[in-house]
Amino acid sequence: MATVELKDVRKVYAGRVEAVKGVSISIPDGAMCVLVGPSGCGKSTLLRMIAGLEEITEGTVSIGGEVVNTRGPAERDIAMVFQNYALYPHMKVYDNMAYGLRNRGMDKAEIDRRVREAAATLGLADFLERKPRELSGGQRQRVAMGRAIVRNPKAFLFDEPLSNLDAKLRGQMRIEIKNLQKSLGVTSVYVTHDQVEAMTLADTLVVMNQGRAEQIDTPLAVYERPASIFVAGFIGSPAMNLLPAKGTENGLALAAGGTVNPKETSLPAAGRDVLLGIRPEHMTLVSDATAADLELKVTAVETLGADTLAHGYPLSSNDRSEPLIARLPGSVRVKDGDVLPLAVQPGMAHIFDAATGLRI
Amino acid sequence: MADLAQPATRAAALGRKEQGGMLGISRGSRYTAHAILILGLLIVAFPIYYTFVASTHSLQTILRPPLPLLPGGRFWENYTTALFGGIGRIGGVDVSTLLFNTTVVALAIAIGKIIISILSAFAIVFFRFPLRMFFFWVIFVTLMLPVEVRILPTYKVMVDLGLIDTYTGLTLPLMASATATLLFRQFFLTIPGELVEAARVDGAGPWRFFKDILLPLSKTNIAALFVILFIYGWTQYLWPLLVTNRNDMNTIVIALRKMISFADADTQWHLVMVTCVLAILPPILVVVLMQRWFVKGLVETEK
Repeated sequence: MATVELKDVRKVYAGRVEAVKGVSISIPDGAMCVLVGPSGCGKSTLLRMIAGLEEITEGTVSIGGEVVNTRGPAERDIAMVFQNYALYPHMKVYDNMAYGLRNRGMDKAEIDRRVREAAATLGLADFLERKPRELSGGQRQRVAMGRAIVRNPKAFLFDEPLSNLDAKLRGQMRIEIKNLQKSLGVTSVYVTHDQVEAMTLADTLVVMNQGRAEQIDTPLAVYERPASIFVAGFIGSPAMNLLPAKGTENGLALAAGGTVNPKETSLPAAGRDVLLGIRPEHMTLVSDATAADLELKVTAVETLGADTLAHGYPLSSNDRSEPLIARLPGSVRVKDGDVLPLAVQPGMAHIFDAATGLRI
Repeated sequence: MADLAQPATRAAALGRKEQGGMLGISRGSRYTAHAILILGLLIVAFPIYYTFVASTHSLQTILRPPLPLLPGGRFWENYTTALFGGIGRIGGVDVSTLLFNTTVVALAIAIGKIIISILSAFAIVFFRFPLRMFFFWVIFVTLMLPVEVRILPTYKVMVDLGLIDTYTGLTLPLMASATATLLFRQFFLTIPGELVEAARVDGAGPWRFFKDILLPLSKTNIAALFVILFIYGWTQYLWPLLVTNRNDMNTIVIALRKMISFADADTQWHLVMVTCVLAILPPILVVVLMQRWFVKGLVETEK
């Protein structure tokens, strides 16, 4: 059990490519920190620097209050779960789990006790004598977690552990990982590009983009108050609608035409170029155009059952390529060519500076 | 030897498919196929059989053609004479000494080559050190230089080091192997980086990683290479010929050559035939035993 502290961590490859541009994160003891971002954003590099598999160019990584920059992966007292499981193919499940302990010269009886205990926790007790190739994907993933658990380390590091599993299993394992992490209370860092995993697992969510941490907060805060256009577009599905607009005396003049005056939103100064962000699920169908903030001309409909996604563009827009998506209750019947009067739910509009992309 | 085994297995495979009726081969074409296979087998196997037959007859019978098609009654006598009696034309050395020499040479070359090449491949693939690629290319370039090209300088070095007529002199110059190094390198490159990292996190240093993970994973490659290299070492001719003067340091192939005289008529053909049979037995044994082992390994390997 330990805290994990990253202070201005930078990674420069071959003196040129800057993969991580100064990230500071503080993870309290027992918390689950999820690093999420598109591929190439530096999230895996960051994790590998915490693990000691990658050298730290600048800044410090501390685990349990001690700076571990110069220590090797084995000396940092961390355990890692890899994307492709990375099980030793020639070893039985038992030996896969016991290997790290044997290398540390642990007593045989203690190894046996720990392996059996972890196997029982993970439902692997019947598979200890099998080789990894005789197991299913989910079971292999469990073995990989077992290998981490038996070590009883200061921190768990997960590198996209579920991305090789099918959707159903992924959902199931996600919950298992969460429960396991909570019950063991081990500080964890989890890398994923899947926002559902990120939202459901995280205590602290770190949204990364181009080597920077764009926002570090609780998942709900990230969803409710995205710090930048990037975060707004990355978290939430379908992505948040972002409409270019200009501040005026009596509301936001959309570039697409028309003026919007969302309720409970502090408006930017007149003349300022902004982006108005509205999540698809935060628009409500209203009875007529006078009560509406926006009118959506529908070009495509996705009926999901519980929800209906109406794709289209703002009616006032001359440029039909500017997309607008609304998520409506499944009971609403919509067809192509409809014009939907929509109101933005109070307080649910987000305003970002057009130049910096930051939240206002 | 491999030629011997192949038609048989192919015939077996054909028979299996036949039972399933998948290919719908007619009875007639099946007999034709078998006839061709059996004919092939006979062509390959007959000379070897005939060698064996000759090794069981007396010199007089061999020298008075035609040679009988069935084994004679002098099996025991001929083989004991050759193995333990000493053969005049090669300085009274017996074949058991030759077999011992050749086994030592073939094993040393095979094992030495495997150890050296697996270690150099390990270094080249898993370590970052200055001039890594330079060394890789140096090893690679030696592929293009056959033993014969460097045989005179190598001989000079062996003479200067006093290694003529020693096992070291027989084996050491043949041990470095670019081919095996490349083979191991290619195999090591297929080992996922995550596996290496998992081992690092598990506290395995380079040697432990090598011993616990790399070696077990390479065992099929090692087995296959061992078979090839053992036969390579067993059949070496030019180098042992140069580097041995004493008769009791000869390998069996060299001795065989010395036993056959062109000028005189006193070649003891029955003993030559015995030596031939004994010379091909160990490689056959290695192939048969190791083949099983590495086929098992291949089946077990995950892909």
